[in-house]
Amino acid sequence: MPRPVLILFAHPSYEKSRVHRRLARAVRDLPGVTLHDLYEAYPDHDIDVKREQALLVAHEVVVFQHPFYWYSVPPLLKQWMDLVLEHGWAYGSHGHALRGKALQVAMTAGGRDMAYGPEGFNRHTFREFLLPVEATARLCGMTFNAPWVVSGTHAMTDAAIAEAADGYVALIRRLGEG
Amino acid sequence: MQGFLLSATVYLAAAVVAVPIAKRFGLGSVLGYLIAGVVIGPSVLGFVGAERQDVMHAAEFGVVMMLFVIGLELEPALLWRLRGALLGLGGLQVLGTTVAAGGIAMALGLPWSQALAVGLILALSSTAIVLQTLQEKGWMKTDAGQKSFAVLLFQDLAVIPILAVLPLLAVTPDLALAPAAADHASGASWAEHLPGWQRALVTLGAVALLVGVGRSLVPALFRVIARARLRETFTAAALLLVIGIAVLMQLVGLSPALGTFLGGVVLATSEFRHELESDIEPFKGLLLGLFFIAVGASIDFLLIGAQFLVVAGLVAGLLAVKALVLWLLARGARMSHDQGLLFALALAQGGEFCFVLLSFAEQNAVLPSAVGKLLVAAVALSMAATPLLLLFWERVIAPRATSEPGAEREMDTPEEEHAVIIVGFGDFGSSVGRLLNASGVETTVLELDSDRVEVLRRLGLRVYYGDGAREDVMRSAGAERAKLVILCLGDAEANLELARSIRKHFPQLTILARAAGRLAAYELIESGVTHVYRESIDSAMRLGVDALRLLGRRGHAAWRAAQHFRRRDEENMRRLAAVFRDRATHLSLAREAIADLEASMRADGVSGAASDDTAWDAESLRREFGG
Repeated sequence: MPRPVLILFAHPSYEKSRVHRRLARAVRDLPGVTLHDLYEAYPDHDIDVKREQALLVAHEVVVFQHPFYWYSVPPLLKQWMDLVLEHGWAYGSHGHALRGKALQVAMTAGGRDMAYGPEGFNRHTFREFLLPVEATARLCGMTFNAPWVVSGTHAMTDAAIAEAADGYVALIRRLGEG
Repeated sequence: MQGFLLSATVYLAAAVVAVPIAKRFGLGSVLGYLIAGVVIGPSVLGFVGAERQDVMHAAEFGVVMMLFVIGLELEPALLWRLRGALLGLGGLQVLGTTVAAGGIAMALGLPWSQALAVGLILALSSTAIVLQTLQEKGWMKTDAGQKSFAVLLFQDLAVIPILAVLPLLAVTPDLALAPAAADHASGASWAEHLPGWQRALVTLGAVALLVGVGRSLVPALFRVIARARLRETFTAAALLLVIGIAVLMQLVGLSPALGTFLGGVVLATSEFRHELESDIEPFKGLLLGLFFIAVGASIDFLLIGAQFLVVAGLVAGLLAVKALVLWLLARGARMSHDQGLLFALALAQGGEFCFVLLSFAEQNAVLPSAVGKLLVAAVALSMAATPLLLLFWERVIAPRATSEPGAEREMDTPEEEHAVIIVGFGDFGSSVGRLLNASGVETTVLELDSDRVEVLRRLGLRVYYGDGAREDVMRSAGAERAKLVILCLGDAEANLELARSIRKHFPQLTILARAAGRLAAYELIESGVTHVYRESIDSAMRLGVDALRLLGRRGHAAWRAAQHFRRRDEENMRRLAAVFRDRATHLSLAREAIADLEASMRADGVSGAASDDTAWDAESLRREFGG
């Protein structure tokens, strides 16, 4: 049973991106996938809450696709979380709208994998840095999948980017199949 | 007078009947005019007679005007880029064809001097037919179109030395001194009697005068005329300019076509470019049509009937030799297969200058009259064949060469053809335009206030004088190829008229329109414009935010309130636009909308946020978890 996938794509400078541009293009036209470009839809950060909630209701899998900025999500995605995940709708005793859906983070990081870990330069794993997102998913009754990360993008060849795009397509397909 | 009116009636009627029929069958206007000429000519109906030659001379002025318009469309920079094709391809084409055609003429038994004259004359192609057809088909910007243009331009230059050389080839040199014979090609030139170096000086002086006056004096003059806002005066001035240049060029013995072309190039960077172009355009079209009719009428079917095989052989040979030379050049220039063939077929005919040069050669005793007559017939038929050859290319060759990328790429040669046209460049328009320019988007700007145009040009902005309400001006500003048109006229009525006219004539253009206020916005929406911008709403909102902050509201709360208000107000406006003609309904709905909006905005006093804005609102959390 295919599950519709909503990709919330948050990139403040898409024009300058190398990796996300390729990732987004690779999955944009897959069947059952809605790629929602947040920075394109809300350049003034004036998020249409009702529209976003309707989109969430219509999909089973939610993907946050974004670069990893200051160990966190870009500001518009945080704004989206603040405004869209309303009490009484997404969580709270009457908030069940998202229950049973899945949340997947798909992000890129400039540093390499080995920089993220207890011994690494950044001291924590990606999963640890993403605790706020994981906790948000849990509060909304969503299953939180292990983050899918393309790391080391500062020094990435075109071939490696193409490979990452293939991996992303495979991930999205897998999520859609359930 | 009666004779003139009668002739005019015959010519116009022939054109009016034949051209639509030819177009209907996909043959193009040039063939239509030619057929009309044949039909009214001495061979068929015999409606036109002795005045044919005069008509031909008058009509050649159409070619002069055409080159002026082409010059206007060519920026000096583009001309500079074409220099390689112009000298290389053009030079080799004239040389190659002269040698090939001359050689064949010698093989057929003409003495070398006559053969050389024939070769030189037949090397020329028809600027009028080729450019008119290429423009009509929209092929000017293809690779073949650009290169054909370059070659034709070189040929126009070559006419002058050919005129000088021909008399030297005379059988009896004494007869060669008959300058009057060159009447309309080099004109009644007084400079002809000057010694060589003086003539060169005069020529250079005339060109310098043309460029100098064209750069400074002409725009100043047009500014004064534009200020008077009399359209026909402007048209008269445009005609005066073209004819004046032609006369000046004739005086110094240069080709008028070349002179007006140069004049056009000089004015291509001026603000009057689009307006001039659309004023000259109809005259150019009519005169060119007349010229084609005259060519059709001049085909001597009696001669062709008498020497059918000879003429047929000449036409076929002429087309084949020229096409072959051109095709070899195209190969050498690495043009793609289909573009190379288009280039070869387009320029394979003899040109209008052949008629001039042939009669000149006859009068100078360079060529015997029998040869001249045959060649005139052959050239005229080859011209008539050109639209058919191009039709053949379009129907047979082009469809098979779909994936030739070369032609595609040449299409977007960045001439001054921009994706955005801005009409009205006051405070509003210029703010929009400057934002776009600063973001790297080139715009074509039309403004009707010639004083303002002058000031803006001094500031270094590319602004053209022109009335956007005129469909032809919009067309020459590139409306057929543009993506967006931005209407920023201060006069709401004029802006609306313009929007309607653009929706009608250029339905593919996306319109973004400034609206003076709510009513103007309603009318624009009603006429089908979706991108409507009330000119004061954004600054009103910003002022409102500052007022709220001065009253003690937090900045972000005030900002969100304004965002909210603006969005709702915009929605209401679009809803009310559907009913605004019905006063009563509109009034009651508007009252309702205002009340709704105010209710939804009613701030809760403490946070200052709108009551239906639950963002960062902890009220419900307090209720659930506060105990």
